Amino acid sequence: MAALNTKTISELSGMLAAGECSSVDIVNDVLSAIDAIDGKIGAYLTLNRDDALAQAKRADERRAKGETGAMLGIPVAIKDLLNVKGQPCTCSSKILEGYIAPYDATVISKLREAGAVLLGRVNMDEFAMGSSTENAALGKTSNPWDLERVPGGSSGGSAACVAADEAICSLGSDTGGSIRQPAAFCGCVGIKPTYGRVSRYGLTAFASSLDQIGPITKTVKDSAILLEAICGHDKMDSSSIEMDVPTFSDLPDDASLAGIRLGLPKEYFVEGMDPEVEKAVRDAVEHCRKLGAEIVDVSLPNAKYAIAVYYIIATAEASANLARFDGIRYGMRIDGKDPAELYSKTRAAGFGQEVKRRIILGTYVLSSGYYDAYYLKAQKVRTLIRNDFTEAFKQCDAILAPVTPTPAYRKGEKTADPLKMYLDDILTTPINLAGNCALSVPCGFASNGMPIGLQIIGDAFQEETILKVGHAYEQTTEWHTHHPEILG
Amino acid sequence: MSETNQGMDVGYVAKLACIDLTEEETQLFQGQLDQVLHYVEQLNEPDVSAVEPTAHAIPVFNVFRKDELGASLDHDAVIKNAPSATDGQIRVPKIIDQ
Repeated sequence: MAALNTKTISELSGMLAAGECSSVDIVNDVLSAIDAIDGKIGAYLTLNRDDALAQAKRADERRAKGETGAMLGIPVAIKDLLNVKGQPCTCSSKILEGYIAPYDATVISKLREAGAVLLGRVNMDEFAMGSSTENAALGKTSNPWDLERVPGGSSGGSAACVAADEAICSLGSDTGGSIRQPAAFCGCVGIKPTYGRVSRYGLTAFASSLDQIGPITKTVKDSAILLEAICGHDKMDSSSIEMDVPTFSDLPDDASLAGIRLGLPKEYFVEGMDPEVEKAVRDAVEHCRKLGAEIVDVSLPNAKYAIAVYYIIATAEASANLARFDGIRYGMRIDGKDPAELYSKTRAAGFGQEVKRRIILGTYVLSSGYYDAYYLKAQKVRTLIRNDFTEAFKQCDAILAPVTPTPAYRKGEKTADPLKMYLDDILTTPINLAGNCALSVPCGFASNGMPIGLQIIGDAFQEETILKVGHAYEQTTEWHTHHPEILG
Repeated sequence: MSETNQGMDVGYVAKLACIDLTEEETQLFQGQLDQVLHYVEQLNEPDVSAVEPTAHAIPVFNVFRKDELGASLDHDAVIKNAPSATDGQIRVPKIIDQ
């Protein structure tokens, strides 16, 4: 029998229910896989084995008492920006070294209730600012498909650990593509839920009008299961919507897309796009047509402004959100003769370069005299981007597009030029700005062996639709069954 | 923004943001951020004179909840996180000289 760490949530929950394995067995297999491979991948920042096994034991006891549930006993790797009581939460930043979370994020409380095992904390770009996990201050993560390449970011650890079978599933966060892009780079499935779907209480905030927490998994079905477990209204997050949680995991078995209209935005096949990515995505579109979907042309003419809008709004919000890291209440402190000197010295020593750059840009665009020219202007163009989607969704149920212009690139290739790195987010940021949901699903491989992702974009609160499309595609293709060579 | 952008003084803005930059960082960021600001000038292209700004994507305004007493964070756990503390309180440098 294949080791349990290679299995999916839905396979394992079936085995657990049938008494074919225990949660302790699963966690042991995952820990063995971490021991065997994480020296090469570098996904995990911290791991408390005893605590994980104790949680697994409790999950097994709950099951023995008659409890059931798809997440009961399933280990989940956690991006290092979600607070888990008693665990570190560093955001891969030196400024939070030594911090121990005194409370649980709401998604964590929900996972505890569901009986999931909070396994370990995985690497990310510092404060989620980056697209390659190269901005991480506390660890280096490699792409399991080619250790010389980046896993994507900012949820690079969350994707790499799932791709390398050293986790069953993980949580990431997506502000401008940080779930979908690493999922695409590592050949996983990832979903950015609609803004308001998942509570952000206990998520270390980057850009509050854009951030969402979501799953990275091996299959679409697993993403549906994990999403279902974490969403819902929360009085601790006033931006979470009061709305019933649909049964996302109830996906139809027949892989038919009859009656579904899928939009193809011409602006999304951008200049400079890797021809292999374009071909894989166009093949996927053709595949969906064969499954019965009607393909219609749609237009998102203002999507080209998304990067400019995003890097104004996200940095502005970040400059305010990261003001809390001042060396007073937690984390690093470099002393000074007065509080002002203490703040400036602590933030100089504690933040990495990309974080400093973004805070400074965000401070500038909000500063007196520039607010209207930058921040307000960006918010207005944001409206145009949203309106494009509103119009497009009058003609289709979901939109198909690439996730990234290229597959995973080599480490160091883009670190010297921040703008070049930013431009890669052109296909993912519009969805955050519009507040919609989107799914990343494996749809092929480049000739260099790197995975390619298909992005399925839904209107606000239409996760069921994009999961249905993704599931039908996945059921009738075999891309998700490939494994990195490193796993043997 | 071309009408207002006289170029950003990174050294000055870093002071506003309470980050001590080295001379090297100041120069590096100045070049990189000038490039980013030049890039975002494309936002002058679309006519947004009649467009309302979007602050966030959901139609939710003025959220209220009941003003009820809830559990607070554990005092010891919070104080343990402080880089400097005495008698259950966080220590900071002197703010007012007497």
